[in-house]
Parts: sequence; C-alpha cells; structure tokens
Amino acid sequence: MINLTIDGKKYQAEEGQTILEVANRHGIFIPTLCVDEAVSAYGACRLCMVEIERKGRKKLVASCLYEVEEGLAVSTQNERIANIRKTVIELLLARCPQSEGVQAMAKKLGVTCSRFESEKPENLCTLCALCTRVCSEVVGKSAISLVSRGTSREVALPYYEDKTDCIACGSCAYICPTGAIKMEDGNGMRTITWPNCQVSFNLSAVPSAAPNGFPKNRSSIS
Amino acid sequence: MINTAIKKFNSVAELEAKRQEILKDRNSQKTVIAICCGTGCQAYGAKKVADAFEEELSKAGLGDKVEVRTTGCHGFCERGPLVVIRPQNIFYQRLKISDIPEIIEKTIKNNEVIERLLYVDPMTKDKKVHEHDVPFYKKQMRLVFGNNGNIDPTSIDDYLAVGGYKSLAKAISGLKPEEIVEEVIKSGLRGRGGGGFPTGWKWKSCRDAHDPVKYVICNCDEGDPGAFMDRSLMEGNPHSVIEGMIIGAYAIGSHEAYIYIRDEYPMAVKHALLAIKQAEDYGLLGENILGSGFDLKIHINRGGGAFVCGESTALMASLEGKVGEPRAKYVHTSEKGLHDKPTTLNNVETWANIPLIIEKGADWFNKIGTEGSKGTKIFSLVGKVNNTGLIEVPMGITLREIVYDIGGGIPKGKKFKAIQTGGPSGGCLPESMLDLPVDFDELTKAGSMMGSGAMIVMDEDNCMVEIARYFLSFLEGESCGKCVPCREGVKRMRQILERITKGEGEEGDIELLEQLSQAIQDASLCALGGSAPNPVLSTIKYFRDEYEAHIRQKTCPAKECKALITYNIIDANCPGCGLCYKACPTGAIISQGKKMPVILDQSKCTKCGACFDACKLHAVEIR
Repeated sequence: MINLTIDGKKYQAEEGQTILEVANRHGIFIPTLCVDEAVSAYGACRLCMVEIERKGRKKLVASCLYEVEEGLAVSTQNERIANIRKTVIELLLARCPQSEGVQAMAKKLGVTCSRFESEKPENLCTLCALCTRVCSEVVGKSAISLVSRGTSREVALPYYEDKTDCIACGSCAYICPTGAIKMEDGNGMRTITWPNCQVSFNLSAVPSAAPNGFPKNRSSIS
Repeated sequence: MINTAIKKFNSVAELEAKRQEILKDRNSQKTVIAICCGTGCQAYGAKKVADAFEEELSKAGLGDKVEVRTTGCHGFCERGPLVVIRPQNIFYQRLKISDIPEIIEKTIKNNEVIERLLYVDPMTKDKKVHEHDVPFYKKQMRLVFGNNGNIDPTSIDDYLAVGGYKSLAKAISGLKPEEIVEEVIKSGLRGRGGGGFPTGWKWKSCRDAHDPVKYVICNCDEGDPGAFMDRSLMEGNPHSVIEGMIIGAYAIGSHEAYIYIRDEYPMAVKHALLAIKQAEDYGLLGENILGSGFDLKIHINRGGGAFVCGESTALMASLEGKVGEPRAKYVHTSEKGLHDKPTTLNNVETWANIPLIIEKGADWFNKIGTEGSKGTKIFSLVGKVNNTGLIEVPMGITLREIVYDIGGGIPKGKKFKAIQTGGPSGGCLPESMLDLPVDFDELTKAGSMMGSGAMIVMDEDNCMVEIARYFLSFLEGESCGKCVPCREGVKRMRQILERITKGEGEEGDIELLEQLSQAIQDASLCALGGSAPNPVLSTIKYFRDEYEAHIRQKTCPAKECKALITYNIIDANCPGCGLCYKACPTGAIISQGKKMPVILDQSKCTKCGACFDACKLHAVEIR
C-alpha cells in the first residue's frame, strides 16, 4: 500500500492508481470532462489539474494521469487550480454553449457565463476524444478518429465518408458526454451522426437461437 | 568497372592508419577554395559559382593544383555566396560567376587580393582580408560549427582529416560506458533543444533503466520561424552528429538509434543518409564497431512538418507511426520512451557537442560558459540586424555583444527595440536588458528562454502588440489541439491581440491576457502550450505602454498596425513629381498637375505604404 495525503488528510492507495482514482474513491471532488473508466486516461480537458509536492518541489499535474507514490502530498484546491478550472470551463462554454454536460460542470464550478464569445453556438463537441478512445480500445475498430490539428480538429470517419470499419455498435454515442453524437433506430435502419459525418445501416434480424444456444441452422454450416 | 573495395576498419589502429594516409595525401600548402554551399548560399547561386570555379580552373590548367571544396554553411548568410581561399584564409563575399576568372588570375595565380570582393566593416569602413578578421566571426567561438566551413559534408575522409571519429575511437577502446556518462555529467552540458536539461543525467537515468532494449534519438525537427542551426549542422557536418550519437549509444547501452529530420530539409536528409552509409562502410557504425564488439544501427525518419513533433513525446509517437501528439511525461522518457523502452533523445547540437567533450575532456569544456550554462551555443541571428546568419558564441556573452559586435547593429540607422530569444514561444527583451548574459537561467528569469536558439531582432518600426499577435497566431496554427488550454486558450489570446491591433481593445484586456496566460502555462499538456504565453507576457512586461496606447488612445506608437494609421501628404514637401502616383496600386493618389502637391484619397487607400517607400522627399507621413 502507498501512503499519501490529499488536502492534508492521510489516505492509502494501491500501486498503479492515479490521484483521480484515489480521490474519487474517497469522495474528494476533482472535476473532469474527458475521463471514463471504460477507456484509458488521456489528459485533454485539464480540469483535473492538482498540485503535488515531491521532495519539497511543487508542480501541477493532471490527476487522471499521475500515478500515486509513497509520501505524495496532493492539494486539490488553491488559487492556481481555481484559475485553471474557471478558465477551462469558460473556454469550453464558449466553444459549446448548448452542451448540457459542459453547462452542468460550469454550474458545479460556480461559473455562470463565459468572457469569450461563442462562434459556433450549435457546436456540441468538446473534443474529449472519449468516442474515438472507446472505438479503438473497447470495440477494437478505430472507425472514427480525430482529424486535423489545433482549432480545426474534429471527430470524423476516415476521409469523412469511409464507414468500412464502423459496426454500428453505437458505443461512441453512448459514451459521448455532450450529446454531440446521435444514434437513432427506426424503420429497420440505424443512423449514427457525428458532428461532421453520418452513416446508416440496415438492421437485420439475428437468427433465433436454438435451445443449445447456437443458431438453428448451425448444423448446416458445419 | 570493379568497385575498389572499401576497407572496413576492425580496430582503432586501422582507423588511425587511414587518417595518417589521408593527411599524407593532403598537402597542407595546397590551395583550397572553400565555397559555402549551405542552403542560404545555394539560394544565392553558390552551386553555380562552384561549378564555374571548376570550369575556369581546368581551363587555366590548375585543375590538379587547386581543390574546389563545396562545404556546409559558414554562418554569414547575409553575405553569400561566401568563398574562403585557404591556406591564406582570404574571405570573399557576395560572389558572382563573373568574378571568378579574376579571382583565378589574381588571387590564385599571383596571390593578389581583390579589394572589391572583400568585406567592408560598416562601422570603420575597413576592408577585411581574412575570414578571422571579419567582425562577424571575430567574437565567435566556433567549436561545434567551425568545421562546417572546412569540410565537404559528403566526404567522410574530410571529416577524418580534421580529427573526426577520434573521440569514438577513444571512447570505445579506452573508456567504460559509465566513465563516458560521468564525463558528460561533469562537463555540465545541457540540452541544446530548448529545455536545457543536463544531458549527462538524462543519459545516466536511461543507462540505469532496467531494460535490455534502449533507444537513442536525434531530434532534427526544427520548426521555429527564423531558426536553422540544426539544419546547417546536419547539412554541413553530419558525421559530428553521428559520432556523438554512437558515443551516446555506447554509453547508454543502446543498439538502435533514429534521426528524426523534418522532410522540409532534403539536403539534411541526403547528407545524413550518406554519412550513415559511409560510416557503415568504414566499420564505424553497424556490427562490431572498430572491432569492439559494440553494434549500432542508425535509421533516418522523416518528419511530416508539424511543429509539435519537435516535442519529445510527440516526436516518439510520430516515430511509432502514430499521430504526432504529446502525452504526459510523468514517467521520464529515459525510462519509458519510444515503444515504452528507455530512450535518450537529444537535439542535433547536443549530439555534436559530445565528440568535443570526449576528445578534450569535461574540464576543458566546463571552463567555457557561465556557472549554470557550459560550452557554446549556436544561435540564428535574424530580423532587423545588419549581419544575419548563424553564430556560435560562448555562453555568457551579452545580448549587446551579439546584436552590435557580431550582428553589426541595426540597419538604416534605426533604433533597437527588442530581441526575441528562443523562437516563437520565447520572450521579447527590451534595450534595458541588452547587457543580460545569455545563459539558460538568466533568460528564463528575464521572462524569455534559450529555446532552440532563434534570435529575432526588432527595431523601432516593429509594434510589440503585433509581434505578440504574430507569434500567437503561429502557435495557434501549430497547436496539436489535444488539450483545451492550448487549443482554445491560445486562440482566444490571439483574438484579443487581434482586436487590440485593430483599435478595438478594451479596458481589462491586458488583465484578461495575463490571467489566460497563467492558466495556459499552468495547465497545458506540453511545452508548446506551456510556453505559448511568453511572447505576450514579456511584451506586456516590457512594453505595457504600447498596449495601453492601442487600447486607450487607439494609436500604434510604432505606426505598424494598419487599422490605426493613416498616410498623409505634407503639401509643403510635395512637388507633385508623381513617383507616389505611379507606385499606388489602388489609384488613391490624385495628381493636380506638376508643381502642385498630390492628393491622397483616404477612401481608396489600403495603407500598403507604397507611396511612403516611393517618396524620396519625405512628403508622405504616417499618422
């Protein structure tokens, strides 16, 4: 077991756990918008920055990525951290003012409006990359990815149209915290809509299963 | 034709025998015409000058007696094409093909100096005959970069002739890997790529990491506007970099190395590939190097031209074939780097320093420089300065010495305003900081940084708000977009700066910029975002009055921001000569006939400044 302190209180953690995991387990609030236990940590939203002290030196780290170590001292609140949280959430509010996920987080952080003007109010995507991570890490497909860099970065299918790898599972829509990805079933069709592309699939009936659990026509296959 | 088999050296003694053979063949009194064929001089036509020399020499029957050597960059790009005639060291500049017959006739045949081709010191009007007397070179200490002008980068024999691979021989035959690491630690060498981390300690932690597979990487992904030292070193003396890498790999215990070069540097790629092949042929690289039993393979990887790929973790992701995006470095790359294996990544210039340290010793090396920064540093000196080019100076030299003694001051008698050190994410330092010694820690304390070593000089015509806006817009375009503060924050800072330069700045903008800067510095994932606010913070710190003038008085003191200036005709000075009329592309100037002042129609004026440049009588003013 590893001994550490968070905001002055002593805690124990297992090796390999991140600061965020330990804090979550003990009900200490650290805001995040790009973390989900289903996928690996990424460190993109930077809301979860905390200050650590090691060998007398202080530095700011992303708690979702930093693994705990013996004697670590963590502070989850101070002026610099508050400035980061406020700035990041204001930047995201300006990026996607209508996103309920962002609005809820802003409210939690006591931020009601952004000092920056919104340029594309209909945009819902914060580029947290949960969708692309779940597609590659959980589904094992990488049917979508983040294309381009900087402010022109976006989620898209290869060449904005190649749906070859998509299996229409909808994991991306399920994990999306902002509602930027939509999935609709109806009339025998499933349609998934990302901010920049859309695919439709025919839904086909799965052959009903025999009592042994195998499809009825299995014997004819083998 | 049967290829003469290249001799592969199986021992240090065989290498030394070859060196003696090369030196014996070379008559030190033989005339060598060394022509700078670095990228800058080539743009001026240096290759054609070299061809013309060859042709004229063979016409004169001197083909065997005089050697034409196309070398790497000599540094003084401002004055290219450059030629140095050795052994006398006669320095000719701005050569044309038509000058060549005269040089052969007078200088080569009769040892006469041609005055009109010499460099004239703009301060004293003295003509300088020898390269070492030219003020640009005089204050330099070209330890790493000096051989660039002596050797043909495509010839390994040239490199051997100046003592190349001596350090490798010394390291591999006489020193234990641990001793090499200790020597590098003792030398005090700090990484030349920007961060300035102690090289030896980096090597030590990689050497100590428990993994049989380790990698060595040379970072030649140079993307800073105005920086070209890595390029020139890789183009002009690739063997010095490779020799450093072999020594490093031996010290760390690595058998596989990569050189990551931007694809925009084709000559660097070509010369590095050739140098690797030559070193392999000689048994200096590959299996059983010089009979020592140590193996090393060096690969070349061409980068796609993303600025962020110069960042070590992004570079490694790119090397692995993934998108070049940085990741958190909480576990050092010296423990988990490329393919999660211990990796030592150093910049081109850092690697090129290694042979020197091994050859001359850590004690010799750390006598040069300051307490915290040892050795020399290569800078690219560009912008509003008379002598632009690459300079190598001892650490601790002052900015004033760089700008005035080496750089020759500011052109057209203008006033110095600021110098940006460290490339786009460095800070702008004002005149009051000119006596600051150039040193990793001093620059950081002043709100700037060493960075890659790009130095951009600005004069009174540069608006500092506009400069900050320019660099932020570069960084906005180069941000990978992974983390919010860098992607969204830098964009917002650029927008605020843009508003200010357009005269739409508001009270509170400066404070908002400062507060955004703090959050971006604190929260960004990598150094691109972490240092992006530097140009803004440093210009606010040293030139706050300019920001205030833009915001409150809606004026641009440097008269650069187009939205805040107007061009006007001073009637008393204008004889109606029509020069401005001809220069104006939009028809904004209306002639009222000869001897009558022209009229400038503000509604048509696009503020291009053509009339201002055209007028010789100072009849156009900027308000």
